[in-house]
Amino acid sequence: MSHPGVPVSGGPPTGLQAQNGAPSASGSPYANGPVQNALMSSHMSVSQGYNSQLPGSYPHLIPAKTSSPLCGQSNYGGSQGSGQTFNRPPVALNPVTPSLHSGPVPRMPLPNSQNPAAAPMPSGNFLPGANPPPPPPSNWQYNYPSTGSQTNHCPPGAQPTVSGNTNLTTNHPYVSSGDSSHQNSFIKSGITSNANNGSMVVHSNYDEIEGGGFLATSQLTNKNPKMSRSVGYAYPSLPPGYQNTTPPSGTGMPPSSLNYPSGPQAFTQTPLGANHLTASMSGLSLHPEGLRVINLLQERNMLPSTPLKPPVPNLHEDIQKLNCNPELFRCTLTSIPQTQALLNKAKLPLGLLLHPFKDLVQLPVVTSNTIVRCRSCRTYINPFVSFLDQRRWKCNLCYRVNDVPEEFMYNPLTRVYGEPHRRPEVQNATIEFMAPSEYMFLTGEYMLSWLPGNTRTKIGFITFDSTIHFYSLQEGLSQPQMLIVSDIEDVFVPMPENLLVNLNESKELVQDLLKTLPQMFTKTLETQSALGPALQAAFKLMSPTGGRMSVFQTQLPTLGVGALKPREEPSQRSSAKEIHLTPSTDFYKKLALDCSGQQVAVDLFLLSGQYSDLASLGCISRYSAGSVYYYPSYHHQHNPVQVQKLQKELQRYLTRKIGFEAVMRIRCTKGLSIHTFHGNFFVRSTDLLSLPNVNPDAGYAVQMSVEESLTDTQLVSFQSALLYTSSKGERRIRVHTLCLPVVATLNEVFLGADVQAISGLLANMAVDRSVSASLSDARDALVNAVIDSLAAYRSLVLSNQQPGLMVPFSLRLFPLFVLALLKQKSFQTGTNARLDERIFAMCQVKNQPLVHLMLTTHPNLYRVDNLSDEGALNINDRTIPQPPILQLSVEKLSRDGAFLLDAGSVFMLWIGKNCAQNFLCQVLGVQNYASIPQPMTDLPELDTPESARTIAFISWLREQRPFFPVLYVIRDESPMKASFLQNMVEDRTESALSYYEFLLHIQQQVNK
Amino acid sequence: MAFTFAAFCYMLTLVLCASLIFFVIWHIIAFDELRTDFKNPIDQGNPARARERLKNIERICCLLRKVSVREGGKRLPARTAPRRGPQLVVPEYSIHGLFCLMFLCAAEWVTLGLNIPLLFYHLWRYFHRPADGSEVMYDAVSIMNADILNYCQKESWCKLAFYLLSFFYYLYSMVYTLVSF
Repeated sequence: MSHPGVPVSGGPPTGLQAQNGAPSASGSPYANGPVQNALMSSHMSVSQGYNSQLPGSYPHLIPAKTSSPLCGQSNYGGSQGSGQTFNRPPVALNPVTPSLHSGPVPRMPLPNSQNPAAAPMPSGNFLPGANPPPPPPSNWQYNYPSTGSQTNHCPPGAQPTVSGNTNLTTNHPYVSSGDSSHQNSFIKSGITSNANNGSMVVHSNYDEIEGGGFLATSQLTNKNPKMSRSVGYAYPSLPPGYQNTTPPSGTGMPPSSLNYPSGPQAFTQTPLGANHLTASMSGLSLHPEGLRVINLLQERNMLPSTPLKPPVPNLHEDIQKLNCNPELFRCTLTSIPQTQALLNKAKLPLGLLLHPFKDLVQLPVVTSNTIVRCRSCRTYINPFVSFLDQRRWKCNLCYRVNDVPEEFMYNPLTRVYGEPHRRPEVQNATIEFMAPSEYMFLTGEYMLSWLPGNTRTKIGFITFDSTIHFYSLQEGLSQPQMLIVSDIEDVFVPMPENLLVNLNESKELVQDLLKTLPQMFTKTLETQSALGPALQAAFKLMSPTGGRMSVFQTQLPTLGVGALKPREEPSQRSSAKEIHLTPSTDFYKKLALDCSGQQVAVDLFLLSGQYSDLASLGCISRYSAGSVYYYPSYHHQHNPVQVQKLQKELQRYLTRKIGFEAVMRIRCTKGLSIHTFHGNFFVRSTDLLSLPNVNPDAGYAVQMSVEESLTDTQLVSFQSALLYTSSKGERRIRVHTLCLPVVATLNEVFLGADVQAISGLLANMAVDRSVSASLSDARDALVNAVIDSLAAYRSLVLSNQQPGLMVPFSLRLFPLFVLALLKQKSFQTGTNARLDERIFAMCQVKNQPLVHLMLTTHPNLYRVDNLSDEGALNINDRTIPQPPILQLSVEKLSRDGAFLLDAGSVFMLWIGKNCAQNFLCQVLGVQNYASIPQPMTDLPELDTPESARTIAFISWLREQRPFFPVLYVIRDESPMKASFLQNMVEDRTESALSYYEFLLHIQQQVNK
Repeated sequence: MAFTFAAFCYMLTLVLCASLIFFVIWHIIAFDELRTDFKNPIDQGNPARARERLKNIERICCLLRKVSVREGGKRLPARTAPRRGPQLVVPEYSIHGLFCLMFLCAAEWVTLGLNIPLLFYHLWRYFHRPADGSEVMYDAVSIMNADILNYCQKESWCKLAFYLLSFFYYLYSMVYTLVSF
């Protein structure tokens, strides 16, 4: 959210840097001199590939890493957190906007022109005072957003100012236009090239820290000023000659490179795989608990009171330290079984869950002329390759020995020659490469629409009822011109050149149109909807350029191609059979494939009161890598909560980062093979996903099998590489690498199981199963997954057969999560879940990253009426209380308390009948229980410590997720109470077992 | 030496079996084409290449279409109009169905018995649609999942073996029926 008056990153770079320079120089000790060098061209004779001429640019990284007060903030690498805020300026009435876009942007569309003046895209910050310094001028772009990046995620409820985007959503007219004319649907197609990269860095730093992995690494480095991997750790097996050759003259070493103080002693490659097993049982032996076998029937309180942390792979700590953050990349089994037979015995699914484009606060970006990759399997060099000697490295995926290119010998961080193993590519499991020119394929037509800077965004509007209305927004017109095409059988696009216009040039017209649009159709009596032809028209309009299409649909399409018939029969809602989960036509799928081929992604916003056949409509987004948003019973007057939700989500949708023309490839070590993909994309080749757009809120999952035995290897690696075009027109590659140990015994496989990932993958598989077979099949499969694996554990691992339900510690929550899945909207039976809601829940299962999926499946329950500062977190002078997570059972609720249920996309605050008066008036601001308004969706900001604590806690929770969860305050008689109680997954419902009954059922099956 | 109906059946099936073998070989080539893709990701980033690849997948999947497309009109070469190409699955299945029918009429019970399992497999395959309600046998959006592709490839190889063996069996049977009377 840009605050008015704040120069945002769109401005002329010079001005921006001047602005940034001053505060940062004074504010942060590390942002010194080189800031001013930023204008210097870095496109130079890069024989070594890096700019060594710029003193002080590399050292930057290091102090920030070592002593940034909040390690989560230390950030190098620009693309993330770039708060490019003026997204969709057309609708912004913000006075600042024009200047932003008129700024001289000396940018070439070529990505490899690394003109740093133009490059500081990370400069997106909202408050200039807190701005981080712009990236140093080198090809290495480091950026440390200081508090600036926090301040911008002020809780949306508290946003005081009307920013560009708020504007769009508050009086954005077209969405609410459905009121009197339900038939008017809306397609907005735009090549939102630069419009969307302003990722609001919603994730708080703490979130990242808690997640462990990535930031934990830097936290570790904080305490230990030496990069511990390099400290005095000589690789023993190296030829002595090599060790001797390594020490270069330390002259070039900048004084501030604290991370590498011990510097150039010897070759210090971590002994990959050599002794990682014997060295330590790191992950597991640290917690003797991990080895415990638990009788679930006796120990019921298995749910930890803090968020469940992913298991740590049993690796040598030097390797583990470099491993990928589990939030980005995790595997269902952190110990990979050696053979398929072993995997089959364990009966656990093997797969990966990815969140590759997550907004990161710390992302190293490498700009180098050569990207070092394995010559045979094209793997990117990563921390888990082994250096045979200084000149050769061995690929960890295909084991080919490759040469180290000359350029790679020079380490720009330490400015030392001959340390390829200390380059950032080899020190970071998550890294982003700026792709050199050979990765560029923009043809002439693309160039035209991808003009540099902020002037490239193109936008066009189409509305439709039984006819299709185009809007000519050509520059020079006094008002938008509406063109009606009534021939929906064979749609043509009138005046294509005027319909999709440059946003910057025709801003007034676009604003005009958006203002008049809601009034235009209020009187219409048309109730038909020709969605299919309109989509075809939009596709024709966009196919030369590619981009993103946002479709707003309010009813079942009834006319032309792609017309659908109502299929839902309310009487059959509750039965698990005969419900229509499959699309009724393949028109949308085919169109989506066409879109995918033309690099167009379609995002569907379904605002519907009645059945709209999301199963069919959803295909358009699913195969074009778009996303689906569903607002059941949306009404702009009668359902203000949904309106608020739509506003917030639209805001996020329009402002988040976006990658165009993306492809993602997932590679894994020879012997493993990936066989099924889950998510929204088109699978273009057996390991390549085609993603016309990639957004930071999309998660993916893959299933794998062990094709060849892995007996001769101790480590396996997985690498996902996402090649995309940023909204600035740069081609970038984001690479994540995960390394895991291989084990030979069943017990170790079970010990390394990651129960959250397993549940997530099972949910994905169950969605497929319910579509291809039936819902009851899918439910059975879920239950069988638990039974089979626990039975395998019992019969093959446990030697003495004890009574009870014995589970390994790692799987102690497995039955609970599966039970929660069975009660999740996608798979539940016996309730009146509407078909569209169920299908939307399934879409979400497929498309959400694991964290959110787990929250929607098994929400967190907190007691909030007695929040205290004990054990609270301190982030940026805010105190955030940390109440323990309670089990999801009514037995944990009490009438004299208030409980917050965090279900990912929705918060429910349940107030007990005898809730303390104190809480009612200090937090809710009401006199007594009866006067709690219904519906109530906001907590008043009162000047009391209780209110401050509660609000701090809720806003902290909100910051951790990209979308804004609406808060419902629920009292006993509210209609929402039923849906609150539905989340109590441990309790019994009419059609589903309670947790204990479920355990008994499993035990019975397991012991059979 | 007599030219019975059974002998005629065997002669006809011999010819048709040859065509079936070609169909299956075509399948194998098609799946192989699907499987091989350039390993060079630089090329995969190319939008034009993406389009071409997608067209190719769709073309292949549509050639394996179950039901003929209703959009009539002039038929264009498969490469330019992937959705109107000829389909191979239905002819293959119907030819095989014809075999069974003929052997039934000719009272060649042994041969019929050999073919019945495949007939049932074909029926199951035909009515057991891919995940959505489309009329294609092989779904362009899921075919590239390695397990499905593996399955299809294995299926094709097995059928090839079956058809080859049955080709020689028919040849033998034809000669046998011709000389036995």
